[in-house]
Amino acid sequence: MNTYAERPTNGEVEEDDDEDEVTGNGRAWERTYAEDRSWESLQEDESGLLRPIDDKAIYHSQYRRRLRALASTAAVSRIQKGLIRYLYVVVDLSKAASETDFRPSRRAVVGKQVEAFIREFFDQNPLSHIGLATIKDGIAYSLTELGGSPESHIKALMGKLECSGDASLQNALELVHGYLNQIPSYGHREVLLLYSALSTCDPGDIMETIQKCKKDKIRCSVIGLAAEMFICKHLCQETGGTYTIALDEAHFKELILEHAPPPPSIAEYATANLIKMGFPQRAAEGSIAICTCHEEAKVGGGYTCPRCKVRVCELPTECRICGLTLISSPHLARSYHHLFPVVPFDEVPPSVQNDPIRRSPSTCFGCQQSLLNPGNKPGLSVTCPKCKQYFCIDCDIYIHESLHNCPGCESFRHSKAE
Amino acid sequence: MASGPSKLYADDVSLLVVLLDTNPFFWSTFSLQFSEFLSHVLAFLNSILLLNQLNQIVVIATGCSSCSYIYDSSSDSNPGSEFGNMPRLYSNLLQKLEEFVARDEQLLKAGKQGAIASSLLSGSLSMALCYIQRVFRSGPLHPQPRILCIQGSPDGPEQYVAIMNAIFSAQRSTVPIDSCYIGSNNSAFLQQASYITGGIYYRPPQLDGLFQYLSTVFATDLYSRAFLRLPKSVGVDFRASCFCHKQTIDMGYVCSVCLSIFCEPHKKCSTCGSVFGQAQLDVASEASRKRMASDTKWCSGSNDKIGTGIVEVCVKSACRSVVGCFTGFLGM
Ligand SMILES: [Zn+2]
Ligand SMILES: [Zn+2]
Ligand SMILES: [Zn+2]
Ligand SMILES: [Zn+2]
Ligand SMILES: [Zn+2]
Repeated sequence: MNTYAERPTNGEVEEDDDEDEVTGNGRAWERTYAEDRSWESLQEDESGLLRPIDDKAIYHSQYRRRLRALASTAAVSRIQKGLIRYLYVVVDLSKAASETDFRPSRRAVVGKQVEAFIREFFDQNPLSHIGLATIKDGIAYSLTELGGSPESHIKALMGKLECSGDASLQNALELVHGYLNQIPSYGHREVLLLYSALSTCDPGDIMETIQKCKKDKIRCSVIGLAAEMFICKHLCQETGGTYTIALDEAHFKELILEHAPPPPSIAEYATANLIKMGFPQRAAEGSIAICTCHEEAKVGGGYTCPRCKVRVCELPTECRICGLTLISSPHLARSYHHLFPVVPFDEVPPSVQNDPIRRSPSTCFGCQQSLLNPGNKPGLSVTCPKCKQYFCIDCDIYIHESLHNCPGCESFRHSKAE
Repeated sequence: MASGPSKLYADDVSLLVVLLDTNPFFWSTFSLQFSEFLSHVLAFLNSILLLNQLNQIVVIATGCSSCSYIYDSSSDSNPGSEFGNMPRLYSNLLQKLEEFVARDEQLLKAGKQGAIASSLLSGSLSMALCYIQRVFRSGPLHPQPRILCIQGSPDGPEQYVAIMNAIFSAQRSTVPIDSCYIGSNNSAFLQQASYITGGIYYRPPQLDGLFQYLSTVFATDLYSRAFLRLPKSVGVDFRASCFCHKQTIDMGYVCSVCLSIFCEPHKKCSTCGSVFGQAQLDVASEASRKRMASDTKWCSGSNDKIGTGIVEVCVKSACRSVVGCFTGFLGM
C-alpha cells in the first residue's frame, strides 16, 4: 500500500488557519448575506410591491460588453468543440467526505452540486453520456453505467451518500478505464474526480495506471475538497485535465460547472467523424407495438427506426436490429445556436434618432414596445446590422441570450437570401 | 399593457398570439377560400375576447416574404371606425391585413424569386416570442400567454435552425405552441413545436367546420386544459433538414465535432471545417456487439457469474443470448 500526499495531514495546523479566517471575516453563513446586501437592490412600486431597482441601462451596457468580448474571441479562434463526450464522475465517499468544513458536510454539498452539474451537463452536451462511480472502503463502485438520462443518474446517486473507509485513486481509475475504453473513437473520454481525502490507498503501482489512462486518451480532472495533493496534480498534468481545489461551497459550484461546457477539442484526442444517424418518428399515442428493448407489447409512445422500422422505447439509443444510431433530432438542434450566433446589434446614437430625415421607427420591431421614453424623448435602442430593424434593449438581450434568432432577419426573405 | 392592480389576472386569463398564414401561393391552390377562412378565424378571435373580459389577442401575419403585426387588442382603443356596424376587431384587423398583403406582394415582386411555397414561420414565431417576453416583463401579474399557428403552406426546410431555436426558447419560458394545420400533409416543424412545448397539434379533417374545431380545441385556457380530453398526438415527425441541400431527411450523417447534419457523406464539414478521418463508418455495428448487461448472467464460455460488466451478446437479434464474459471469451 502506498500513501501519497504532498504534505502530512496535520489536522491541527489546518484548523488554526480556519479559525483565523472566521474571526477576521465573520462566519461563513454570515458572509454570504453581508456581501450580497440583497435588500439594497429592492424598491417599492406604486402599488406597494417590491421590485428590483431599475438599473436596466447599467445592466444592458454590461451585457453588451460581454457580448462583444464573446464575438471577438469567436472571430479570432474558431474553437472546435468536441460535443460528444463520455464522462465518468467519481465521487469520493471515504470517511474524509463526512467532514463538516463544508455545511452540512462535504458529501451533502457534493451530492447537491453533482445533481446541478448533471442537469447542466446534459443541457450543454445533448449527445453526451455520463456515468457515476463512488469510492468507499478503498474500493471503487460503479453506481450507473454511461447513459444519457439525467434523472436516472440523479436518482442513483441520491440514495447512496454514506461514507466509510479510505479512498483509492487507483481502483477508481482502473474501474472507469475499463468502461471508457469501450466507447467509440469519436467520443471524448473524460473523468471528473471529486476528491475529499488527502491520501490514496492503492493495491499496486498507481503510476502505471496513470500511464494507462494517458495512453488511452482519458482526460482526468480532479476537484479537491481539502488540500492539493501531488498525485492528483501529476494525474491531471499527465492526462491533460485540470486540477482545482474548492475553498467553499460557492467556489466548488463554480469549479464543477466549469466542466459542463465542452472542452476545446484537441485533434489527437478524438478524430472528427461522420456518424450515420437516424431520426425516428414518434408513434401515435395509443398505438400498440412490440419494442425491441424490453421485448414486450407497449401502448403508445415509442419511436420507429427509419431504416428497419422496428420500435424502440427511448432515445438516444442504437437500433438492436440494424445497428443504426437513433437520436431525436431536437437533441441535435439544441446546440445549433452555437454554430450560427446572432451578430451583436449596433447601438443607435441619440443624434440619429433626433434626425428628422432618417427618423427611426418609434416602436421595437420585436415586441412593439415604444422606443420613446416618457416625454417623447428617444430612449436606448439598438439596430441589427443585417436587416436594419430597430429593437428595444430588452429584446436585444432576449434575442441574444435565449431566442438566438433575429426576428427582423427571419421576417424578410430578402435579407435572408443575401 | 396596462397591468394596474385593479385588473385581477386569474389563472384562466389568456394572451393568445395567433400566427396567420397568408401565403398567396398556398391560398390560390387551396380548396377553401381565404375570405371564408377569415370569417371562421375572426369569429374565433371574437369568441376568445368574449370568454373573459381580460383576454387579449395579438395577430401576426405570416407572409411568404415578410411578417407583420396586424392586430393587438390591448392597443386597440380608437373607436368608431368608418365601417359602420362592423365590430372594431374586424375592421381594424381587415384593414391592416389588406395593407400587409399588398406590401408582401410588392416585396415578392422585388425579390424576383417566383413562387415560394413556404411561409416565413420562423419570423412570425420569433416576433410572437419577443412580444410574450414583453408581457412577462410587465410585472408579476399578466395573462397566461400561448401561441396558435394557423398554417397551411408546407414547411420551409431552410428555416429549420431558426424554428428550432424559437421552439427551445418557447420551451424555456413555458409558452405552449398550438398548431392548427390545414394543409394536406402534416407539418413536421409544427408537430415538433407542439410536442416540445406541450401544445396541441391538430389537423381538422373537415374545413367547413373550421370555427367549431378552433373553438373546441384551441379556445380553452391553459388552466382548464387539464380537465378536458383534447385530441391526442397522432405521432411526431422528428425529421431534420440537412445543412447542405436543405432537404428534409430521416437518416443522415452527423459531424461529430459540431453536430451538423448532411444528407450524403462529405470529406470535410462545411460548417466547422473538420476533416473527417474514417469516412461515414457505421460505428454502431462494431459497438453493438459489445453490450452492457445490467442483470446477473452466467457466462456460457467460462461458467463465471457475470455482474454488471461487459458481456458479448449474440449479434443475431432473434437469439440475443449471452455468449461469454471477457475472461471466458479470451480463454476460448
Ligand atoms: Zn433499425
Ligand atoms: Zn422589444
Ligand atoms: Zn436582423
Ligand atoms: Zn443535403
Ligand atoms: Zn462540423
